[in-house]
Amino acid sequence: MAIQRRDLLAAGAAAATASLAGPRSARAQAANTIRIGVISDMSGPYRDTTGPGSVVLTQQAVQDFGARGFAVEVLQADHQNRPDVGANIARQWFDQGVDAVVDLPTSSVALAVNQIAREKNKVHLNSGAATSDLTGPQCSPNTVHWTYDTYMLAKSTGAAIVKQGGNSWYFITADYAFGHALERDTSNFVRAQGGRIVGSARYPFPATTDFSAFLLQAQSSRAKVLGFANASTDTVNCIKGAREFGLHRQMKLAALLMGVVDIKSLGLESGQGLLLTEAFYWDLNERTRALTQRVRAKNQDRPPAMVPAGCYGAVLHYLKAVADMGVAAARASGVDAVGRMKAMPCDDDAFGPGTIRADGRKIHPGYLFEVKAPGASTNPWDLYKLVATTPGDEAFRPLAEGQCPLVRS
Amino acid sequence: MDEIFGIPAPLLFGQLLLGLINGAFYAMMSLGLAVIFGLLNIINFTHGAQFMMGAFAAWMLLEWLGLNYWWALVLVPIIIGFTGVVLERLMISRLYKLDHIYGLLLTFGVGLIIEGIFRNQFGSSGLPYRIPPELQGAWDLGFMYMPIYRGWVVVAALVLCLATWLLIEKTRLGAYLRAATENAPLVQAFGVNVPRMVTLTYGFGVALAAIGGVLAAPIYSVNPQMGTNLIIVVFAVVVIGGMGSIIGSIVTGFGLGIVEGLTKVFWPEASATVVFVIMAIVLVARPAGLFGRA
Repeated sequence: MAIQRRDLLAAGAAAATASLAGPRSARAQAANTIRIGVISDMSGPYRDTTGPGSVVLTQQAVQDFGARGFAVEVLQADHQNRPDVGANIARQWFDQGVDAVVDLPTSSVALAVNQIAREKNKVHLNSGAATSDLTGPQCSPNTVHWTYDTYMLAKSTGAAIVKQGGNSWYFITADYAFGHALERDTSNFVRAQGGRIVGSARYPFPATTDFSAFLLQAQSSRAKVLGFANASTDTVNCIKGAREFGLHRQMKLAALLMGVVDIKSLGLESGQGLLLTEAFYWDLNERTRALTQRVRAKNQDRPPAMVPAGCYGAVLHYLKAVADMGVAAARASGVDAVGRMKAMPCDDDAFGPGTIRADGRKIHPGYLFEVKAPGASTNPWDLYKLVATTPGDEAFRPLAEGQCPLVRS
Repeated sequence: MDEIFGIPAPLLFGQLLLGLINGAFYAMMSLGLAVIFGLLNIINFTHGAQFMMGAFAAWMLLEWLGLNYWWALVLVPIIIGFTGVVLERLMISRLYKLDHIYGLLLTFGVGLIIEGIFRNQFGSSGLPYRIPPELQGAWDLGFMYMPIYRGWVVVAALVLCLATWLLIEKTRLGAYLRAATENAPLVQAFGVNVPRMVTLTYGFGVALAAIGGVLAAPIYSVNPQMGTNLIIVVFAVVVIGGMGSIIGSIVTGFGLGIVEGLTKVFWPEASATVVFVIMAIVLVARPAGLFGRA
């Protein structure tokens, strides 16, 4: 018994020493480690378009960056689409030495974390959020908005449809900030092109599953185009319903935010002929196909979607900037790190060459796609046909129009 | 064009019809809840998850075994009903002597777990399920374009509701069920196996939810959250109709579908709230529900 007790004491002492040594060695290591936290929707409606895919692509960026004299650690967390949860995670991570947060889908969460990154002088690399306010009135010297925004979607899809003769619009809109912004931005383009807005139905979000009543109202409006200012499952259910009620025979359907994952869920049968805008598609060129090849096995055998691809581009560019300025300097100031990112030209496999503007807006082309008919699709993820490319300098809102305080000063 | 309250008449008729279709789902779902509550005194919060499982089971039968919609309509209620029987035997049966709240918490928790498992396995964005070829297309009713499939849903729901009502009100088995609700020990003394009857009743209620899921699969995206959105409204329907009242849940299900449809015409933003406003009014004026016995 006595021996056992002694063993126990020895083990306890050893554990105590280890726990003392633990943080010290972690701290010694941390000086030469960049810590990147992916905050995303891991369990809710945006999980498939962001979430685990964003983590995989962030890790891929770290791997492709390679060993350049400092270590990179990737963490992940679920913000449950709630601004308070997202803000708490960001605050806690920043206090524990995380240098940059990545992804942040859901505009309300992104805007909350935007403030905290600025307050703590860390880096906010946004890929998932849609609101163009991140580079507008709420722009921050600590933030890069990488992938897309409501302005870009509205301009590309909206303008293309007006050009095809769709000059009168009716909207079915998710009744919250994101839906309103998307409807507003699209309406502006339609009016600028000489079109008119006939009306809109704003449905309660997220409590609505059946859209047939709104579809019927849209039909009786006699507008030529039906715009869906919503996302994910809601858009899928809207389009399914529109086909069922025969709306596609009288009106052009315009899904303003839709991606490969949504089209997969909708099926090509119902989705064929839809026009949509993305900044990334896996089958766009040699480089996107090469990236897809590298990550596919890790990404549940799926090609990357747009938002995860944005995490890849943003993280890779951030790490290049860190390597350029030195780990200590990059960790010391988020503003300096983002400043260096803006000063360096970007280039990655997902988006090709590009730049970051003074307001934090990453500049790259926007692509207008048409969803293929089932007969034209040669493999399970062969979903799009490229219709038009908007060059980077035209794809996003002009710098002067954004009302970003950083630009005015 | 003829107008009623400033709304074109065709649009109004269209919305009434759509309300009826949604009401069919509410009626079917609340019927299952009413049957379970009537006999087991359990407020079955797993109902939404079981509805979702029904839709997923239909998808799995089609994708993995090649069995079409009509097979799903027969097999899915049996399979999902059986999972209900297992759940009742293993867990719910232990709670009958306790307060309602325990059953509510258990079934709520089980529902969340099931939803989480499906989300992990299948993701959140949903799976496509096509309308069976026999029911594709639409009728032109003049005032609206009526998809044949939606018409089928209303007919199927009406038949199911009527059959369930007849089963419980007009057959010997139904008489046993109603008697056991009133006084279980006495019915047991007459040689009826009450625990087994209770288990099968739960299985039957779950099977009704599963059929609802199969009927919903071609209309909505098959995704893990599909039941959660519906279940809250369905609970309000049950409360308005009167907890445990079969006829109450059928009538209120269809009625509230129509009220909700009309709200979507006049004030779309309030369409998710109107059911709960009615529920509050009913609870104040008639706490036992429109068809309930106080």
